[in-house]
Amino acid sequence: MTRHLYVHLPFCAHRCGYCDFVTVVGRSGQHGAYVDALLRELALERELLAPELETVFLGGGTPTFTEPSALERLLCALPPAGELSIEANPETVTQELARALRRLGVNRVSLGVQSFRPHLLSALERVAQPDTVRRAFYHLRDAGFDNISFDLIYGIPGQSPSDLEADLGDALELGPEHLSCYELEAKPGTRFTHAHGDELVRQADAMETYFEIVVERLTSAGYRWYETANFCRTPDGADRPDLRARHNLAYWFGRDYLGLGIGAVSTVDGRRWRNTPRLPAYVTSLAGGLRPERELEPLSLDVRRRERVMLGLRLDEPLRVEGLGDVLDAAALDRLQRLGLVDRSGPTLALTRRGRMLGGGVTADLLA
Amino acid sequence: MAQDRIRNFSIIAHIDHGKSTLADRILELTHAVSSREMREQVLDSMELERERGITIKAQAVRVEWKGHQLNLIDTPGHVDFTYEVSRSLQACEGALLVVDAAQGTQAQTLANAYLAIENDLEIVPVVNKIDLPQADPDAAAVEIADLIGDSPDHVLRISAKTGQGVEDVLDAVVERVPAPAGDAEAPGRALIFDSSYDQYRGVVAFVRVVDGSFSTREPLRAMALGTRFEAEELGFFTPTRRPSRTLEAGEVGYVITGLKDVSRLRVGDTLTSETRPAAEPLPGYKDVKPMVFAGLFPTDSDDYPELRDALEKLKLNDAALFYEPETSQALGFGFRCGFLGLLHMEIVRERLEREFDLDLLVTAPNVAYRVKPPHGDWIEVHTPADMPNELEEVEEPYIKASIIVPKEFVGAVMEMNNDRRGRFDHLEYLSEQRVHLTYELPLAEIVLDYYDQLKSRTRGYASFDYDVIGFRPGKLVRVDVLVGGESVDALSLIIHRDSAYDRGRALVERLQKEIPRQQFDVAIQAAIGARVIARETVKARRKDVLAKCYGGDITRKRKLLEQQKAGKKRMKQVGMVEVPQEAFLAVLNLEGEKK
Repeated sequence: MTRHLYVHLPFCAHRCGYCDFVTVVGRSGQHGAYVDALLRELALERELLAPELETVFLGGGTPTFTEPSALERLLCALPPAGELSIEANPETVTQELARALRRLGVNRVSLGVQSFRPHLLSALERVAQPDTVRRAFYHLRDAGFDNISFDLIYGIPGQSPSDLEADLGDALELGPEHLSCYELEAKPGTRFTHAHGDELVRQADAMETYFEIVVERLTSAGYRWYETANFCRTPDGADRPDLRARHNLAYWFGRDYLGLGIGAVSTVDGRRWRNTPRLPAYVTSLAGGLRPERELEPLSLDVRRRERVMLGLRLDEPLRVEGLGDVLDAAALDRLQRLGLVDRSGPTLALTRRGRMLGGGVTADLLA
Repeated sequence: MAQDRIRNFSIIAHIDHGKSTLADRILELTHAVSSREMREQVLDSMELERERGITIKAQAVRVEWKGHQLNLIDTPGHVDFTYEVSRSLQACEGALLVVDAAQGTQAQTLANAYLAIENDLEIVPVVNKIDLPQADPDAAAVEIADLIGDSPDHVLRISAKTGQGVEDVLDAVVERVPAPAGDAEAPGRALIFDSSYDQYRGVVAFVRVVDGSFSTREPLRAMALGTRFEAEELGFFTPTRRPSRTLEAGEVGYVITGLKDVSRLRVGDTLTSETRPAAEPLPGYKDVKPMVFAGLFPTDSDDYPELRDALEKLKLNDAALFYEPETSQALGFGFRCGFLGLLHMEIVRERLEREFDLDLLVTAPNVAYRVKPPHGDWIEVHTPADMPNELEEVEEPYIKASIIVPKEFVGAVMEMNNDRRGRFDHLEYLSEQRVHLTYELPLAEIVLDYYDQLKSRTRGYASFDYDVIGFRPGKLVRVDVLVGGESVDALSLIIHRDSAYDRGRALVERLQKEIPRQQFDVAIQAAIGARVIARETVKARRKDVLAKCYGGDITRKRKLLEQQKAGKKRMKQVGMVEVPQEAFLAVLNLEGEKK
């Protein structure tokens, strides 16, 4: 039974230039109809889910931009879960919203900070200003949230290494439990790429320095670099809560998950499917009691094993090689061990710190 | 036809002096080709020849003129193809020596004239392009007459382009070129002066019958190789193939042998009758020795068998082409090929690419070396990789370069030759304006960009030809290129000690730019033996990750990883270092471009 649920809430006030997620701008009249459709899809797939879930993740879009009554209806209808996470844009986080989320059972918020530098926020076409971010953070704290994550982006047009240092400093000053740091991925052919062409090339050259700064700065501040792009605090004390993103860990451990909403992906029992990204088609199908149009991908055992390696090696935990069959290249493993990139000890495989910095190529090498 | 009614002749000229245009006019005038069929350069049937305006392969065509049978054997003009010229000339009794009225005698005019004289040919001097505004036919006539020891009055003045004077040329061929003088009654002997391959009919030999006669279905034998076959068809070119029952003494034509194995017939060999064989073969050609070598590798290693077949076919058409299998760790399976010179190399490469549709990678050319290891005999080395580490003595081929330039460029030309280890030999004024210079130089100094440099330093006025004059000792070293401590065979080079540092430096710097960063530092070194003369480092990558990966894009990220994996598989492996083939290409290109 699937114990992890993803719900996609695509609505945004504005589409940021660099964004390549499935988003919908405007159509404020449709939030209610979309949530109706989500709940119908949930009902259709209910038997795939365990009665009690480990995690639910509301991603977007801007989930917190969803019309409040629709959002509330959704949250009330979702099955109970140990971790209920939501993505939020700082400018949407008011005192009321923070309290409402808390009241409705949300216990983790992932805040789309991206940067604390005004010129970088404007390059990203973000609405929020640095103060908006801080205000949002305090609203969440005031409402009782003790598990807040920041998304930060590096490699932004106009950014310098000292800008990044300053962003990390500002983030650390607020002290979120969790940080996700991504390099900006500008898709070729987009308006954004067109507008920043040469500067993006310059930023690409600086990416490895940025990455080193991120890892160095956050780990020396006591954060655990538990996944390629993710960091969490490791509090001392009696209960020592695990502050890793449990929902995302499920992906990296290769667990099954159900995704609801437009463009959402599910992986259940060796099958993967993606819902149509088209809002009207999605709503229409479900209004008629039918599953939305889906793209299906059967996953062979070999593919599942490869994904297991690809995802597992992103983590700081060793990967158990048992059950991986012949997807690992023994000669490459030897070579990478000699280069000090991989540690093989008994039944597990782990990347060294440098191996993790080079994790993409190392994984490509390791897969036979 | 009776021999006294036959004339066999060639046209020899410096490039662009109008040889092919004159041949076209002759065909038109003798109605061998109707004007409807007439297209420029009828004899140059290879696409490549027409495009470049040069003649590569000898062709033979029979025409009628005032009751005589004239056989025109076309020859290439470029220095690299001297051997083709000499083959053609041995099938002739006379040659038209054509000189451009505006340019006068040029380096290849000299080379070709000397060849004709060596072969005892009657030379008919012709000044062409007299219609050009800048033409100076009198001056050109004096130069050409001086050259061959004739009177300027005896020099024909024509315009092949307009047709003016071309009839006089044909009359002069009949009057001045001697008739063939073979023994029509003796056992048959025919010189194979060229050949081609017909995919349906096998090897086609181009022959000049010297003695006796040959007929269709006659059992024949190639005297040197001993190959026996039946003449499936005899005939001559008009310029298309026209079958004939017999070929008589003095005539020029073709023999379809039916042989499918191209190696069984060799240009220069003598054909005779199996039933009534001649006692002695005709004097053959000097064996041509390739002096410039380069590796040819298919870009796609699956094309190796195609490349081998193609070389085999080309070899039939091109006796001077030499090849042997070569394996390179960087470039895979290919062939080490020997060429007469750079143009020859370029022509072979282009023919392989066009006629056989192959994509090729050509390594930097080097010359042949003679090497004496400490305790061994002299050996000839065609590839730097074969050069032993310890050398007692090395010899490299030298040439005598013959350069004709307007006098104001003499200084520039001398400087250039001195820079290239040249030794001044001789200077002579051909006229008040033009100077003939000769230099002795290592062949290695001209294989890269000598001709281009010469042209650019003389604003295009210099003409150039050379003769190989033998091997001489040289202070040569082998420079190896090491990537991550492993020598890359395809990049080794043999070079004069004084240039080793600069070239090694340039190679290493270029390679450093071309080799992508790896998971570890990679040293790029140039070394002579154990001594490193240049070093650069490709620093290790510090980051190589897929930025983020969540439930929605696992499939896409997996595909990205698979692409990355496939990309790595396409790389050539030098030790632990992954090197894209393009990196080798870029470096080899650099070798071709600069000194």
